[in-house]
Amino acid sequence: MLKFTDDHEWLRVEEDIATVGITDYAQKQLGDLVFVELPAPGAKAEKGTAAAVVESVKAASDVYAPVSGEVTEINQAIVDEPALVNRDPMGKGWFFKIKMFDPSQLDGLLDEKAYQAMIA
Amino acid sequence: MSETPQVTRPLRTPLHGFHVERGARLVTFAGYEMPVQYPTGILTEHLHTRVAAGLFDVSHMGQIAMYPLSGRLEDAARALETLVPVDVIGISEGRQRYALFTNAIGGILDDLIVANHGDHLLLIVNAACKAADLAHLLRHVGETCKIDPLPDRALIALQGPLAEAALVRLAPPIRTMRFMDVRTLQILGATCEVSRSGYTGEDGFEISIAADRVDALAHALCEDNSMMPIGLGARDSLRLEAGLCLYGSDLGPETTPVMASLEWAIQNVRRAGGSRAGGFPGAEVILRQLVDGAPRRRVGLKVEDRVPVRGSAKLYPDEISESSIGIVTSGGFGPTVQAPIAMGYIDKALVTTGTRIFGEVRGKRVALRVCDLPFVPHRYKRNRN
Repeated sequence: MLKFTDDHEWLRVEEDIATVGITDYAQKQLGDLVFVELPAPGAKAEKGTAAAVVESVKAASDVYAPVSGEVTEINQAIVDEPALVNRDPMGKGWFFKIKMFDPSQLDGLLDEKAYQAMIA
Repeated sequence: MSETPQVTRPLRTPLHGFHVERGARLVTFAGYEMPVQYPTGILTEHLHTRVAAGLFDVSHMGQIAMYPLSGRLEDAARALETLVPVDVIGISEGRQRYALFTNAIGGILDDLIVANHGDHLLLIVNAACKAADLAHLLRHVGETCKIDPLPDRALIALQGPLAEAALVRLAPPIRTMRFMDVRTLQILGATCEVSRSGYTGEDGFEISIAADRVDALAHALCEDNSMMPIGLGARDSLRLEAGLCLYGSDLGPETTPVMASLEWAIQNVRRAGGSRAGGFPGAEVILRQLVDGAPRRRVGLKVEDRVPVRGSAKLYPDEISESSIGIVTSGGFGPTVQAPIAMGYIDKALVTTGTRIFGEVRGKRVALRVCDLPFVPHRYKRNRN
């Protein structure tokens, strides 16, 4: 299942684990990324609060946790090479995985069609 | 009673259509709708300027001509010297110099370029300051000079090692110009004021041209494959790597030229003991600081980690101290140095290359080293061919 937030994060859900990243639209708006800061594995993430930071040449932006849960895994590759997020935002440029506390939070998120309509 | 909010539409430069045509992302800067970047992105634009050539629209900047009412240019130069701590009389015809408008406390009202065009001085000032600068000039030197704002002139900058090759096809005489030379040249049938200068640390040119002729010139220049239009985003990262100040960030009405490490802009003739010492606003403060130093000073800062430390980040002497010893005024990622870099003001006692200090980023302390400026060596063409 693929879901989106109106803050331009995406989540790919398999059982109770959500893989989180930023959308292609978001990476285009941010421009070339030069720095990524990810949460520590094991950290608790709360829906709607800043969980990661991305910085372009020009500015810093927060990436929000789309659901509450525990961070189980992070993508060190984007820390080592932030440009990976620009090149492959929905694939190799994923940010972190969250073990969800309350999968019903997914109900309030957008599906792909609704997200595409929002950015159109 | 309800007030209707005043909605001011941003102004456009004569190259607005050119920017739109090339897919620029436009932002409002100093009241103008300006390209922050083109589809290639800031990193590519920045790196391209360092290895090839970039075209920058800087038409938002103010261009002001000063004509001496007496007809003797020295009278205009002498009048301008009452407002800047700079040797204006010493600027030869066909040359230009960096200058600063100062205030009564020695702070900087604006930084500018003054060019000697023979019968007049041409001032290039910051967009956000141009109305205030014009009023300042009219008030203080309006009796001896005709102050002529030039809103119908556009300004473009060509920067980078291939800028000369791109421009020489349209204006062969530029080949013999050296850094800070100015000349009046015909380009594509238009009379242009050309200077060999810019604000990226690279060799290059700035061209003042009639607003209705600039679009044709920009298109002709971009026919050269080495020339790429560059937005304000890369302009900012380029000038930061070159250690150059941005007015409003690194300079302001409470920053003196000595605090800003801009002593080089004050020639000996205007300093204590010089034949035209003082005689500009804030002279007492500035002349004293030139001898005794200032309590704070602008320095370069290199981040030890990968995290950008940006403007307004507070600086500390160590990881725990509560008392700040300075502030970052410009900071970001330097695409050519491939690392985060910054400039800021720190207490005099810590101004030694290599000193380790800390900046606060999102509540965490990040280690920085005080370093020499610029981060990327200037490549101005200082000698004539």
